[in-house]
Formats: sequence, C-alpha cells, structure tokens
Amino acid sequence: MNLFWIALTIIAALLGILLSARAADPGMMIHGMLFSIAAVISAFALISRHYRLAQAPSLGNGGGGIDYNIDIVKAGVIASSFWGVVGFLVGLVIALQLAFPVLNFDLPWTNFGRLRPLHTSAVIFAFGGNILIMTSFHVVQRTCRARLAGDLAPWFVFWGYQLFIVLAATGYVLGITQSKEYAEPEWYVDIWLTIVWVVYLLVFLATLWKRQEKHIYVANWFFLAFIVTVAMLHIVNNLSVPVSLTGVKSYSLFAGVQSALTQWWYGHNAVGFFLTAGFLGIMYYFIPKRVNRPVYSYRLSIIHFWSLIFLYIWAGPHHLHYTALPDWAQTLGMTFSIMLWMPSWGGMINGLMTLSGAWDKLRTDPVVRFLVASVAFYGMSTFEGPLMSIKAVNALSHYTDWTIGHVHSGALGWVAYISFGALYFLVPVLWKRKSLYSDALVNLHFWVSTVGILLYITAMWVSGILQGLMWRAYDSFGFLEYSFSETVEAMHPFYIIRAIGGLLFVLGSLIMVYNLWRTARGDIREKEAGSLVPNAEFAGAR
Amino acid sequence: MLNHKTVEKNSILMVILVLIVVSIGGIIEIAPLFYLESTIEKVKGMRPYSPLELAGRDIYIREGCYNCHSQMVRPLRDEAERYGHYSLAAESMYDHPFQWGSKRTGPDLARVGGRYSDEWHTTHMKNPRDVVPESIMPGYPFLATTALEIPDIKGNLIANQMVGVPYTDEMVEKAAADLKTQVDPDADDVDGLLERYPKAQVRDFDGNPELLSEMDALIAYLQMMGTLVEFTSYDADANKR
Repeated sequence: MNLFWIALTIIAALLGILLSARAADPGMMIHGMLFSIAAVISAFALISRHYRLAQAPSLGNGGGGIDYNIDIVKAGVIASSFWGVVGFLVGLVIALQLAFPVLNFDLPWTNFGRLRPLHTSAVIFAFGGNILIMTSFHVVQRTCRARLAGDLAPWFVFWGYQLFIVLAATGYVLGITQSKEYAEPEWYVDIWLTIVWVVYLLVFLATLWKRQEKHIYVANWFFLAFIVTVAMLHIVNNLSVPVSLTGVKSYSLFAGVQSALTQWWYGHNAVGFFLTAGFLGIMYYFIPKRVNRPVYSYRLSIIHFWSLIFLYIWAGPHHLHYTALPDWAQTLGMTFSIMLWMPSWGGMINGLMTLSGAWDKLRTDPVVRFLVASVAFYGMSTFEGPLMSIKAVNALSHYTDWTIGHVHSGALGWVAYISFGALYFLVPVLWKRKSLYSDALVNLHFWVSTVGILLYITAMWVSGILQGLMWRAYDSFGFLEYSFSETVEAMHPFYIIRAIGGLLFVLGSLIMVYNLWRTARGDIREKEAGSLVPNAEFAGAR
Repeated sequence: MLNHKTVEKNSILMVILVLIVVSIGGIIEIAPLFYLESTIEKVKGMRPYSPLELAGRDIYIREGCYNCHSQMVRPLRDEAERYGHYSLAAESMYDHPFQWGSKRTGPDLARVGGRYSDEWHTTHMKNPRDVVPESIMPGYPFLATTALEIPDIKGNLIANQMVGVPYTDEMVEKAAADLKTQVDPDADDVDGLLERYPKAQVRDFDGNPELLSEMDALIAYLQMMGTLVEFTSYDADANKR
C-alpha cells in the first residue's frame, strides 16, 4: 500500500512538471512547479517513513489507554499559530496602506487589491481553517474515545490543506483570482481543495464510526455540519469553465444576478458554517472542559444546532440590499437574517451558562477569560448582524467601514479569541506539561488584544457611519454636500486608529506564540511557579 | 416521531439530515432566479464585451479593483445624483462573475464610462494623487508599460460562449484582430468591429500608439462601463420585480 502512495506522489510530481512546461501563462508555470515540489517532498517523506516503519515496528501504547493521534494535532497547533501571525501581519500592512497609500509601492505584487485577499484568506482559511481541522481532530478523538481514523489520510488532509494555502496565497500576489470574495482561488486550486476536503470528511466520519461512545457529542454535530456544508458551498459557488487546462484563467458559470446571489449565499455561509458552526464546535468542547462543568442545556443544544444551520443558509441576500437583485429575494434574506438572531443568542446563552457555578474561574483562569470574552463578542456581533441586515440600516451601512468593523468584531473577538483559548488549552495537554509557561502573559495578551479590538471596531463604527452620512448629506440648496474625495479624506484619522488597533492585536498574538513555545519546551516562569492554573489532563494521566 | 437520540447515534443519518436542512434555503432563494423571466429586465443596447474590453475587465479582476470599487448604483436619491441611473440586472448579464462589489473605499464605477477623459484615466492610474490629492488608491504605473499579452483571446471568448455569453462564431474568429483594431482608428475593419460591438469606442486609449498596453485595455473597459443600455427607451414600470 505504501508503494502505491509513493508511486502516486511521483506521478503527481511528473504531472506538475508537465503542467509547468506546457503552461499557457506564467502563473500556471509557477504553480505547476510548486505542486511538483510538494509532490517530491511527499515522496521523500513517504519513502523515509517506509524504511523507518520497516525497522521499528509499532510498539503500541503499552498501557490500556487509547493511542490518540497527538502528532497531527500538534502539527495543527504549530501551523495555525504560524498562519495566524502571518494573517494578522498582512492585515496590519493593508490597514497601513489605506492610511498611507505610498505603502502600495506602485508595484503589481504589493498593491492593496492583491494583498487584501491575501489577508482575508490567510486569517479565514489559513489560520481559521487550521484551527478547525486541528481542534476537530482533537475533539473527535477525545469525545469518541477512539484514535483518529486513517494512517496517512489525516496527514494528507494536513499537508494538502497547507499546499492549498500556499497555492492560493502565491496566486493572489501573482494576480490569479476569480474576484469572488473569500472564494478567490482559481479553478485548479478549487479542485485540489475539494479533494482534500472529501478526505477530511472521510477521516472525520470514519473516526465517528470507531467511537466507543453511543452518542455523538454535540461539538461533533457542529463540526460535521461545517464540513458537509462548506463542501456544498465551495463546489456550487466555484463552478466555472477554464479558458485552457494549462492556464489559470476561468469564467464563472453564473453571471450577474445569479452570480451575485450564489456568491453571497456562499459568502455569508462561509461566515455561518466556517466561522460560526465550526467554531461553535470548539465552544461546545473547550468551555465545558476548561471550566469542568457540563454543557448548560442539552435541549438548547439541539434547538441551537438545527435552527442555526437551517436559518443561516437564507441570510445571503442581505449582502445585496438595494441592488439589482429582485426585491422578493432581498426581503426574504432580511427576514431570515433577523430570525437568525435567536439561535445565535441561544448558542451564546448555552455557552455562557455553562459557567454556572464556575464563574470564579473568570477571575482565576485567564484562559477562561479568553473563552468567555469570545462568546460575549459572538453575542455582540450576532446582534449587530441582524441589525445591519434591516434594509433601512443597510442603506446607510452598506459599502462603508461599518461592515469592516462588524466583520472584525466577529473575526477578532469571536473566532480568534475562541481559537486562542483552545490553543492555550491544548499546548499543555498535547506536550504533556503541568501548566502553561505563564498565566500572566496570557492575561497580558488578553488585555493588549482587547484594547486593540476595541480601537479597531470603534474606529470603524465612527468612520462607517460618518462616511454613510456624508454620502447622503445635502446642503441648503438641495445639492450633495460632499464630493467623494472629501469623504475619503475624512476617513484618514480613523484608518490610523484602526491600524494601531491592528498593531496591538499582532503584538498580542506574538506574546501568545512566545508563551506557547516556552510551554511546549516545558518551561515554567519562576515567578508564577506556585500560582499557575494546572493542566487538568496532566494530573488525570497520573 | 423521530427521536433526536436516533440521530445522535447515526452519523450517516445526521449527514443526510444536515444536507436536507441546509439545502432548503438555497433552493428556494437561488433557483427561481434562473427561471423567473422578470429577474433580468428587458432592455435595449446590451451586448457582450469586445475583446479589448474583456481583456480590460480581466485586468480589473486581476488587480482586485472590486475590493474597493462597487459597480452597483442603488436606487437612492443621493446615489442617483452622484453616479446616475440606478443599475439594472441586465447591465451585468454578461458578467462572469458579477463585479457589484461590497465596499466603496473608492467611488462606484458602474457609470464611470465617458465621465473622465482618457488622459485623466492614464494620469490617474499612474499616480492617483496627481489628479485627486485626497486619493488613497494605489498607483498602477506598470499598466502603461506592460504589453497586453493574452495567451489565446479566442479561448477567452469561447469559454464565455460556453457559460452562456452570446458571442457569435464570427466574433470568436475575429477576436485577435478586433483586439488590435479597437486601439487603431485607421485599421481596416473598424466598421466590422462596430457592427459586432455597437458603441465600442475605437481609439488609442493610453496616449501611446506604439504599444497596445494593459492600460489601453483597462481604460477601454472603464470608458464603456454603464454606457450600453438605452435608458431613453427603458420602461421602469414594465420591469417592476
């Protein structure tokens, strides 16, 4: 079997070289090369693994416990920390470009138009995606009490996904894009991601089939819905016809109105299923674990789950209010967006109330602080979202920075904070350490980044509402009061404040990486040696 | 009644139920757009992009202009005064994919065609602050010096044909020639080009007749934007949706 996979990687390498040699454009030449290099590296890794396994047959785990696949989760921790910092940094760069346009350097590869997708994909797919794959692999093993299914398959998912990120990111810089927000990668990268995603689903399902528990734990429902729905959204939204099989360019199957609604059906549910359902899976495992309390309400979990996934899908048209999309679709989208408030807050209540009887941990455990703040931000942005989806509000907010502020209160406050909480929880568990290196640094990270987020979203609220009002302001003669360029000029101070907020968030993430690295090494900050929150699973292993 | 415990114990059942539940919204909202005839208004003047405009549009996409510019004028008083008639669905019926955008860091471009001179566009693209001091747009000086290189323009038209744009076989056949003709008013087949693509603007766009540059293509695209539909004959009441 091993030989088969080795042969497959060699064929893939040859295919990459062939593609590169016959490429219709420089983009495909570079990407064929990259694909080929990735295949060669995998071939070497497989061959060396083959010999390693031949020499030292598996020893088993010795004890009676379950031999969890920890290495894949460790790799995910490293990858998501790395991509997180990269994604936040690119965000800082483009925030500065908006404040100081000279930073675009007038070059093709460094202009805002190419770097903005690099930022969004890096944070959503590289950081968020690695967090989701990593935590889902951890959670599904623990809650099923079974080793992750597959031997090579999880590693294919991990490395295949990294290759997807590299192809997408280099593509943006080279100007390879479909121009569909959060679905920018071109057709061949989409096909590659589809293959990786199907294997991901199979690994996840096969692990569920091996479970020693009768019930599938609630976190896994959310992970499952996330994986399945993202597959559906990805495939439908990316249907396109390539100009040539050796070129990067393709034309989307749908045009105009249909293309717009399909894209925002995808786009909103990238939020709903990638950044919400998946991360709710994280909430449903890590909060109960960290505070050592059961989930508040089982019944609420069921209602939360089914109503959330049913309602989210309808919300796409609120991205297209007052556009050429027919009114009936806009109204339908608005109605469901407002209804969506209910399951969102149901989930928030379920998460927060899990702390019943353990609220004191908010004071003593800075990791709990991250987890709780993330759910609070989730509640805030899922209230703001329905508000903005009301057509009258949207007439003001759409096309302005208010949208950007809204996205970031969800992305930084909810997605990133729950991820940070999970990372702080996981590193001592995976590397088998008694505690984190330092709780004081976690606390510092929390406050530095919270101030950063607050600066960011308040700046965007003010600039967004200000610009929206300036666009529609009339003078006493009934003429438009401001030219467009005057409204751009008015944004400048807020763009600087936003960049400062972003800088604080980057600094916070660097503090985290340092802390995690020292923890993995087994260090303890001496000053805090007596007061660190212990890793419960470490004591349990004794 | 289906007990939730049954679903919790059967992963395949759960996958199937999830798929059903998440499909409903999309089917009800998106599918009708493909068969309701009222979705796209009846207008006069819409035609597929000329090869040069299409090449310009591909550059617009490549540089990520959609990140900061919308192409969708909403039916609001201030937008009508600032940008012109609100956008129709028909105006993007040949856009694969749509370029409506989601953010106006810069102004809407749906009706930018004919609003500024070619020279203004060239200067603006090279360094936006030369003509708009407050602008925060990146400069794109390289467009003027980069020759427009398309591996196979015919292939681009054929791919568009396959996704439903009504390019005729003649348009496909003459694509490469039309690409060059549009920047050269003295070329042989200008009349043929105008017959194939009515209202196409034929001239050297970037002020440098020596080179068919990416700037030529991009400005050709910008200058045609929003100029095709004949609003004098458009009946808004007949197209209420």
